[in-house]
Amino acid sequence: MAVLPPDVSAEDFESAVTEFRNAVGEDWVFVSDEDLHPYRDHFSYIKDQPNELIPSAAVGPDTVEQVQAIVRTANRYRIPLYAISTGKNFAYGGPSPNVRGSVTVDLKRMNRILECDDKRNFALVEPGVSYIDLYRHIQDSNLNVWVDTPDPGWGSLIGNAMDHGIGYTMGYYRDHFSAHCGMEVVLPNGEILRTGMGAMPNSNSWQEYRHGYGPDPAGLFGQGNFGIVTKMGFRLMPAPEHWRNGLVTVPKREDLIPLIETVNYMSDLSMCGEPWYGSPLNRLMGNTEFREAALAFNGDAMDRLAAAANLHSWQVELQFYGSEGTTLANWEYAKDLIARRVPDARFTDGESLPTPLTREQIADTTGPYPTSMRRNVTQGVPGLGIWYMTGRSENNPNAWNETHIGLFSLVGRSGEAVLQAQEDFADISRRLGLPTAFPNALQTPVNWYQFGFLMGNGFTLGGGDNSPEGKLAATERLRQVLEENAKLGYGDYRAPPILQDDVADQYSFNDFALRRFNETLKDAIDPNGIVSPGRAGVWPAPYRHMRGALRG
Amino acid sequence: MTLQYKSTALSAAVLIVVAAFQMGPTAAQDADDEAIERGRQKYEYMCVPCHGDGIGDDGRAMLPGTDALRIKYRGELPALLTERSDLTYESIRVFVRQGVFSMPPFRPTEITDDEIRDIAAYIAETSR
Repeated sequence: MAVLPPDVSAEDFESAVTEFRNAVGEDWVFVSDEDLHPYRDHFSYIKDQPNELIPSAAVGPDTVEQVQAIVRTANRYRIPLYAISTGKNFAYGGPSPNVRGSVTVDLKRMNRILECDDKRNFALVEPGVSYIDLYRHIQDSNLNVWVDTPDPGWGSLIGNAMDHGIGYTMGYYRDHFSAHCGMEVVLPNGEILRTGMGAMPNSNSWQEYRHGYGPDPAGLFGQGNFGIVTKMGFRLMPAPEHWRNGLVTVPKREDLIPLIETVNYMSDLSMCGEPWYGSPLNRLMGNTEFREAALAFNGDAMDRLAAAANLHSWQVELQFYGSEGTTLANWEYAKDLIARRVPDARFTDGESLPTPLTREQIADTTGPYPTSMRRNVTQGVPGLGIWYMTGRSENNPNAWNETHIGLFSLVGRSGEAVLQAQEDFADISRRLGLPTAFPNALQTPVNWYQFGFLMGNGFTLGGGDNSPEGKLAATERLRQVLEENAKLGYGDYRAPPILQDDVADQYSFNDFALRRFNETLKDAIDPNGIVSPGRAGVWPAPYRHMRGALRG
Repeated sequence: MTLQYKSTALSAAVLIVVAAFQMGPTAAQDADDEAIERGRQKYEYMCVPCHGDGIGDDGRAMLPGTDALRIKYRGELPALLTERSDLTYESIRVFVRQGVFSMPPFRPTEITDDEIRDIAAYIAETSR
């Protein structure tokens, strides 16, 4: 299984490994198959295939200076690096690199919480700090701030933000990259750069004004390969005193349009947290007549059958953070706004609880209505409870979800766009003969990013066939889905390395002007192309011939 | 060479025995207690989020690791790792480094072999 970096001799590799050992110590350089096993993607679609994205070595620095030394050695021997933080980006490649034979720079040991301020509401952390780490620090220090956590809390704040990850509380904080404020980066030449006010030697506002002065390159480091981020600041939500939720349902299929418009209005005024859309009609999908109407996108028939079953077509769960009084006022205002647009809407008061909720309150699912909200993450409590989705279950006691992968497309934040996307995605599925009844006419968007919707298309394709052939076939189908999505203007936001070229291909405006711009910068900043070549489809000149190579 | 090696090894063994007597039973017990306490802390940090005895997400009765082992063993073995008397350092290390089912493998930068050893000591204590 041992591999070398591309076009690097065994002698040069050995010399580089010696330099890595000198830089970080013998104990933190890994080259054996056993030691490198955890650096493979546990959920890889190409596991054990000749092109599996495995590293040649891994190096675990503890300081920024050690990262600099690693980068300089990599430049000397032309060795591609791939930086990971906690290595938990599962569904998007986990710790695996884009180029087989890369040296993984494992930043987990750099796990210091450098600052956490609950008066100015920010934290400054190193890459190895997980959401669980920061949460525990806040609890232990009795600080009055929350973390906005993604579903599994073992991930790194920096790593998650770097891959444009998301959370579940108020809009500003849910977009983790946008909530960052200032970063420190080791550039491909080994220099250290700080963005924003960090570019000033004596600034005391690094985590408060992210723009600094002049062009801000921070965006280049998100899903990028222009350097290795070693520190990053994040805005933290002040701990609210109260949390409240409520359920809204609207009767007709077309009512989704005013419902979304109204929730957008509330959301963009920062009057509610993440809205959770759904459809009560999913329970009718076992009814043959309704199912046929839904698969045919026959809105009139769906409305008629829904009315006959006394069910509404759409629902949204709203949640409010603030004081008891402000959360009540915002909920009442939401009811008023929606009733003005959809007079037949129904409203169900949910829970109204002082925060922080107790563990029992979070776990309690006996509220006034059946909820689909994930309650830990809406309360800013990171954990691993969500991992039940990947493991054994009573329905599947002898298998696990080996092909855990996430593909979500950006969809316009309107009811019209959602209804159109449902039809488009279902049409793509039908034309490609995908083995799934999803997507369909009841699919609803997720509003992780406040200002955009994401909808899954092809997300479940891997399920069912875990054989190597099945995984390869599923990968090919996912590629076809991405291509078809792009023809209709649906771009995906995130992907594992095996599909990053395919997603990057979607962004082809003006003969790939964006890619050409990024690669011009890449070649100037990283002439040897050592930092994460191929990340997000950005290939430096020495590796550009590898673009699309994983397509086989 | 072989004789010299054996002699060296024997000397080392004697030294360890002597050292153990010099430490006395209290010091040895203290060292064990410290390992168990380190193991408890690392176990709670690394393992409990999935293998603890807490309530699961989305209305599930158990956390996912605990529930997975409940389904796997159906009462033949405890679902909670802290109640398992059959787990050794070696067996825990295999699961940690290789992963099993949806539990991914963990790297030495996340948990060292010494820390796995401490966790084994902690589990041996809790499962008595």
